[in-house]
Amino acid sequence: MLTLPVFAWSRPKTVDEAMRVLAASPGECLIVAGGTDAVPNLKHRLHEPKRLVHLGGIEELRGIRVTDAGLEVGALVTLTELAAHPYVREHYAGVADAAEHVASPQIRNMGTVGGNLCLDTRCTYYNQTFFWREALGFCLKKDGTRCHVVPQGKRCVAAHSSDVAPVWIALGAQVEIATPGADGASGAVTRRVLPVEAFFVGDGVHNNVLVPGELVTRVLVPASSLGVRTAYRKLRPRAAIDFPMLSVAVAARGDASRIEALRVVVSALGAKPRTLGGLDAIAVGKPHDAALAEAVGAVAFKQCHPLSNVPYDTDWRHDMVPVFVKRALAAALGVNA
Amino acid sequence: MPKEDRLTPPVWEGGRAAPPNGDFRMIGKRNRKVEGLAKVTGRAVYADDLVLPRMLHAKLLRSIHAHARIVSIDASAALALPGVHAVVTGADMPTHFGIIPWTEDEQALCTDKVRYVGDAIAAVAADDERTCEDALKLIRVEYEVLPAVTDIETALAHPEWQVNEKAGEGNISKHVRLEFGDVDGALAAADHVVEGDYWYEGSTHAPLEPHCCVAEFDATGLLTVWSSTQVAHYLHRDLAKVLNLPTQRVRVIQPVVGGGFGGKSEPFSLEFAAAKLSMSTGRPVKILYTREEVFYAHRGRHPMRLRYRTGMNADGMIAGTDALVQLDGGAYSSFGLVTTYYSGQLLTAPYALPAYRFDSTRLFTNKPACGPKRGHGSVQPRFAFECQLDKLSERAGLDPIDVRRRNFIGERTKTVNGMRVTSNGFLECLDAVERESGWAGKFRRMPYGRGIGVAGSMYISGTNYCIYPNEMPQSAVQLRLDRSGRATVMSGCSDIGQGVESVLAYIVCEELGLDLRDVRVVAGDTDLTPVDLGAYSSRETFMVGNACLDAARHLRIKIAQTLAERWGVSPGEIVLADGVACATSDPAQFAISVKEAFQWAEARHGTLGSVGWYQSPKLGGEYRGGTIGASPAYSFTAHVAEVDCDPETGFVAVKHIWVAHDCGRALNPVTVEGQMEGSAYMGFGEALLETQRYKDAAPGHAFGLHQGPSLLDYRMPTSLDTPELHALIVESVDPEGPYGAKEAGEGPLHPSIPAIANAIYDALGVRCDALPFDPPSVARLLRGGDARANWERARAQVGGPR
Repeated sequence: MLTLPVFAWSRPKTVDEAMRVLAASPGECLIVAGGTDAVPNLKHRLHEPKRLVHLGGIEELRGIRVTDAGLEVGALVTLTELAAHPYVREHYAGVADAAEHVASPQIRNMGTVGGNLCLDTRCTYYNQTFFWREALGFCLKKDGTRCHVVPQGKRCVAAHSSDVAPVWIALGAQVEIATPGADGASGAVTRRVLPVEAFFVGDGVHNNVLVPGELVTRVLVPASSLGVRTAYRKLRPRAAIDFPMLSVAVAARGDASRIEALRVVVSALGAKPRTLGGLDAIAVGKPHDAALAEAVGAVAFKQCHPLSNVPYDTDWRHDMVPVFVKRALAAALGVNA
Repeated sequence: MPKEDRLTPPVWEGGRAAPPNGDFRMIGKRNRKVEGLAKVTGRAVYADDLVLPRMLHAKLLRSIHAHARIVSIDASAALALPGVHAVVTGADMPTHFGIIPWTEDEQALCTDKVRYVGDAIAAVAADDERTCEDALKLIRVEYEVLPAVTDIETALAHPEWQVNEKAGEGNISKHVRLEFGDVDGALAAADHVVEGDYWYEGSTHAPLEPHCCVAEFDATGLLTVWSSTQVAHYLHRDLAKVLNLPTQRVRVIQPVVGGGFGGKSEPFSLEFAAAKLSMSTGRPVKILYTREEVFYAHRGRHPMRLRYRTGMNADGMIAGTDALVQLDGGAYSSFGLVTTYYSGQLLTAPYALPAYRFDSTRLFTNKPACGPKRGHGSVQPRFAFECQLDKLSERAGLDPIDVRRRNFIGERTKTVNGMRVTSNGFLECLDAVERESGWAGKFRRMPYGRGIGVAGSMYISGTNYCIYPNEMPQSAVQLRLDRSGRATVMSGCSDIGQGVESVLAYIVCEELGLDLRDVRVVAGDTDLTPVDLGAYSSRETFMVGNACLDAARHLRIKIAQTLAERWGVSPGEIVLADGVACATSDPAQFAISVKEAFQWAEARHGTLGSVGWYQSPKLGGEYRGGTIGASPAYSFTAHVAEVDCDPETGFVAVKHIWVAHDCGRALNPVTVEGQMEGSAYMGFGEALLETQRYKDAAPGHAFGLHQGPSLLDYRMPTSLDTPELHALIVESVDPEGPYGAKEAGEGPLHPSIPAIANAIYDALGVRCDALPFDPPSVARLLRGGDARANWERARAQVGGPR
């Protein structure tokens, strides 16, 4: 079978201890929670870390809490736990639905909220064995200089493939990151908080703002988002296992008779999820009807451009953008598409 | 021996189909599989579970080029790596081999040329797999890259880019053209003629267990190879040949195998490499393929380009069929000679074809070799033909089930190409799927997007010839009874999950009145068991089942005679059932346990043992190739599939498949249903999801890289995607099968694909003539034609809701 590379192993008990381990060998660690993405990637030699830092022993990263400020989801909460949580299901149906769309029950039992957020970008030319990538010609995301998706491209366009992240973004959720102190290992660990939307950057090699030594600790959903209706729709060939070929998250305020606010996030395109622009003018203050749905779909079609980084015909996936946007919108508002 | 003097199996009073002890007590009942508990409790020992003392691991170096000349191989750096024990290359075992003796075009490891991405070049044995991987990276291979041929068109256009030097000319692997009756005349006179091009994309088997073997060459010169093979006997022969060992000093053992589906029915690089490395190190060597390597070993279903022209008369009778077929064979012959024949020969039932011609050409391309996958060679033409029948039925204004009934070839008859048909339950199959699916209320009567379709097929229960010419039995069993009350049945047969070991146990129980727990099956060990050709061509139940029936019957007679003598009754009165041996005339007086009966017989006759063997009658047409496709019995299948399509996206959800299969007699209905459901599932997966494609690679790199050799990228249906499968067993009771049984493992796959295609037409008004029917393809068809108008027209023909 495919082997794992040789690496050292740490299992810290606290965030502070984890931060010290990370600081001790900067840039040479791979953080692992559920391992559902890391292990195959290690076997494919996509990551070749000196040390694996396994977060499984850090109790403070577990648990979902509801406070006056909002919902706090620990980075180690499993996708199964997130999808089953009564408060999440009641108030953030789209989050629970997206979590339930990840892979398979076994993988959701292991996969975590933090891992899902930090999921490495995916590409049909990248998520392959060393042998395969060598036979193809290594790509610029790993071991090479060439992009097979955009032949003249200088920037990696591997696809952001997290199911839950688009819903977090649509909701206006935030991510809390533990960050080393100014003087590295000896400094006090601080936390920084930023919108999930700002967490991602358009670089497929490393598509988030984390710098070596940092660690995602929580996802925070502000209480101000209560009342927002969310929905998630995922294009995939099979009803389980598959990563998204297109994903759409919708968060709407109001109802079908009058939309008060609307955010639509589309992903599995390039390295970061795309938040559709220009929707306020089309949707706010209007009822949901066929014309509005068409208009939102048309905006999505114009702004979203699937690439061959993800399997299946790109033209077809482009055609599916408005279809899935309209379906997600209708689902969020509780009406028939 | 003159060729006509074939062995003929014994003839039993009352025929082979009759129960030996009054009513059937084991046969036809829902029994467990003998190995089932070991599998579900994790105690079954697969090849990779074997760990021998001092065992080394080995891995293969594979080509990153689709087509290249090997200029040089330098393994010195690899050999110098600590932990590495040996490296072998093609030069160490250059003898060509091949499963078909007329097309031996493979080497264990390539010597001069690599012919696809993944072709094996060298093998390294080391302390562990990671060291092997490190060592592989140190082997320097100098290549001279050659132009690669990765599809049928290029193979034909560039004969000078010869993939395989054993080809007669250019890239032609095999060409077959056969004609029966006046095809041109029939088509010219037919009332309706449909002509069309069909594309069957290939597929792979993807058994759960990757190929694995352990080889041990001992100090006496005995080579033992444990391998996840489905053809231990052929592997035995080829190991001896390539490694230059006497066959009697090679032993092949088949541990529990985790699925084959045809993908393990010939020798592969790993077995030769492990054996050679064991010979050079004196230590046991294990090779376990990665999932990716299983895709490169392949031998999957051939991609076929099919042009079909079929004529039908106004009364719905088929006039004739003309087929032009091209097969994309990959880099080696594998079973390709047979596949090329099967692509035409197995179409001539269950419908009578008055005139039939096929012209099939298999081409070499720089891709992993195609071979036999469940329904070998005949799934693709069946798809094209059954779709044509649907189109013709519409042209003739007839119900497609009715058309299939009208053209029924019948039983105890001969096909146009000379194949003998014995039993035939196809009409009952049609009746069953029509009734159970609610066909009459659904066909052309459901709302847009929902549809139902039908298809039929036939398949072989083994072939009438061994792969290499000889007159010895094709299957054999040795049976031992013991005074403990235990029976041991030994056979070279190959259980790959289909249940042949269970079949042997059921037969022995039925004949001798034993409990299932009192029969041991020893199978797939060339030192311990008599030769059986293996698990391919759906031959095991029919052939080794017959051999076992005969072996057990011999002993049953011996025991009956012993008891009859002692009791002074006639042997015909003796019944062995449910652990009791008795005389029916006075069971109160004349009854002992079966165990005691064994003891009486052992005292009377000495140690109890018997043999049984099977050799098929001479069959087939009187022409070159006329024996290929000839089988002692054919199974028949009908499917109805019901689909629910999303016209906006092109997604097709198959909701139900009703699969009716004539298996002669279901020796165990549970395992027969399992085969029927598994076949329907596999066909459904090929129809909708599985994509076996090769990427164009970057400049400077070879083409022909598999697009995603993993179970993530090669998408097989999950349980959530799988339709409700309704298995409907039909029993025609074949006169020559064991208790009347025929095959059930491959036939039930065939109609899956055309039934779904025909259902999609009923649902959407588009004809899916190219596989797979994935959403982009269906969406393209919906955009491209006047689907809705076709749909309306087809409905109008049948008339509104009943």
